[in-house]
Amino acid sequence: MARVRTGVRVVGAVLAAVLGASLAGCSSTGGKRAEERAKAAAAGRPAVSTPRWTFAMITHAGDGDTFWDIVQKGAKEAAAKDNINFVYVHDDQAQQQAQFVQNAIDQKVDGIVVSLAKPEALKDVLAKAVKAGIPVITVNSGSAQSAAYGALTHIGQDEEIAGEAVGTELNERGRKKAVCVLHEQGNVGHEQRCAGAKKTFSGTMENLYVEGTNMPSVQAAIQAQLQADPSVDAIVTLGAPFAPTAVKAKEAAGSKAEVDTFDLNESVARDLKSGALGFAVDQQPYLQGYEAIDLLWLYRYNANVLGGGRPVLTGPQIVTADEAGKLEEYIKRGSR
Amino acid sequence: MSAAAPVQGRDERLAPTSTLRKLLARPELGSVVGAVAVFVFFSIAAPTFLQASSLSTILYSASTIGIMAAPVALLMIGGEFDLSAGVMVTTSALVSSMFSYQMTANVWVGVGVSLLVTLAIGFFNGFMLTRTKLPSFIITLGTFLMLTGLNLGFTKLISGTVSTKTIADMEGFSSARALFASQWTIGSVTLKVTVLWWFAIVAVATWILLRTRAGNWIFAVGGGADAARATGVPVVKTRIGLYMGVALCAWISGQHILFSFDVVQSGEGVGNEFLYIIAAVIGGCLMTGGYGSAIGSAVGAFIFGMTSNGIVYAQWNPDWFKFFLGAMLLLATLLNAWVRKRAEATK
Repeated sequence: MARVRTGVRVVGAVLAAVLGASLAGCSSTGGKRAEERAKAAAAGRPAVSTPRWTFAMITHAGDGDTFWDIVQKGAKEAAAKDNINFVYVHDDQAQQQAQFVQNAIDQKVDGIVVSLAKPEALKDVLAKAVKAGIPVITVNSGSAQSAAYGALTHIGQDEEIAGEAVGTELNERGRKKAVCVLHEQGNVGHEQRCAGAKKTFSGTMENLYVEGTNMPSVQAAIQAQLQADPSVDAIVTLGAPFAPTAVKAKEAAGSKAEVDTFDLNESVARDLKSGALGFAVDQQPYLQGYEAIDLLWLYRYNANVLGGGRPVLTGPQIVTADEAGKLEEYIKRGSR
Repeated sequence: MSAAAPVQGRDERLAPTSTLRKLLARPELGSVVGAVAVFVFFSIAAPTFLQASSLSTILYSASTIGIMAAPVALLMIGGEFDLSAGVMVTTSALVSSMFSYQMTANVWVGVGVSLLVTLAIGFFNGFMLTRTKLPSFIITLGTFLMLTGLNLGFTKLISGTVSTKTIADMEGFSSARALFASQWTIGSVTLKVTVLWWFAIVAVATWILLRTRAGNWIFAVGGGADAARATGVPVVKTRIGLYMGVALCAWISGQHILFSFDVVQSGEGVGNEFLYIIAAVIGGCLMTGGYGSAIGSAVGAFIFGMTSNGIVYAQWNPDWFKFFLGAMLLLATLLNAWVRKRAEATK
């Protein structure tokens, strides 16, 4: 009995201490409060008086993907402004994606935004959408098939061109031997990025396949590669979350290689500023979501189509230490 | 002594049971109750759920899971797992497509080769299991990982990319498509051929389970392999047969994916094996073997189809998708267990 009572007392004391500490120890920088201030500045209300249309966005994103979260955010904010009821679903399996497009057709939505990572799988169901008179816009991947499948416009980055920009930038930085880290075996866009970089890079470049869903194994694989070949002087990762991991691997292997990456996130911006990373290639995911919804709205409202039958490119934008500072607050907000 | 005294000498085990009681004792009863509950729930929660076109979409979605859930249910009644079932579907599609393309052969040749390869994988699973005496969980986990690697490695080696090349312009494609991936549109309703495949497979599986000697063997092996062996049941043959049954249906599924999408991504199919197991379990299969039904697996697949599409029709936030799916499945299985207990109590 007495033991129980002391137990209760200890727990109570700990709770009191934690509460006290959290009340007394307020942070004057960062945290939730700073985020709320930033949010208040960017609150969304419809700015138009068009009817409340429903637009569905179907992507090939996996669960918990940073990049697609930003795309979704852009789409959401455009939807709020254009008075749109915005529906978002995603699945990394082609069959399921086709199923979701069918769901959208069943619901008779007023517009569909779709990413064509696996174009052939969506060919038939998109033909159905077009036949049902639903305007379709493709985003992010599938620029080659977009027009043939009857989409109004494609918004995204040409992966090959983005890769070429990386190769050119590496040349300017005097690099000789690079490793391209692919974190998703089976992703055609990733293959194109590395192929593009190889094309313009005057040194040699090797592909390294890692298991993106398992960070420790990613680090181990990069480390092993650097230990096996000390002459590597550049590592290119294809996603922002993998850049800090590559930096860790480089330090552990005692290598002098420069780490560069595709896409941005908070830690990439920080590492760019501190010089731990060389450069990042941004394809402005926010813009992909935002423009897709906005262009569907324009088509519904005014029958406008952008791009003249060609893809509308949102990248590549090379971000270095100078620009990183400026972008940091937007990245923190989750919109870059 | 009254006139209504029971007839002496009759064994009570031979007493005729009422039809209602027979129904209550069926393994799939609980899942049917669960299916009705899920159906009513989404009819209220999602306005577009009850449209004919939506229901045909749900039926198709259920059939893609159900085609595999039936043989997986049989396997589970036989007391084993197959974790390689998901990627085996992708393997079968890849083999079919790449063989036809590389040999510039009639598409049907690739389809035939794919059948042989897939059956061989099924045989390998069963053979390894009966030879090594290791748990099937371990054996098929190994097969699952090996196939995942083979799918990627071979595709990259042969095609140079991570997906296959298109075979839509090759001879035999349209006739194969008619068999594996055709559809009929009646008004706003699209009936896909997979639904027919699904019904046929469930019917055959049910017939095997309830009307043939092999069905008795499956129940016996799942109930207790040693006891079954002692009474003369061919345990090895039964197990290998069950794995080959899963392989046969994986081949049907794989051909469907190939002929409806034309190009196959090598990295897909991972994780689907659990959906088949879940569908079988909701349908009343026990994880320990010896109990379950093929019709139950179909009801389980239908619940899965309703849930995964219903969430979309209800326009819920997709971040919670997996949570709802998991919660629904748990509830359906719990309801299932509860109904079974009630049914057994009334015996």
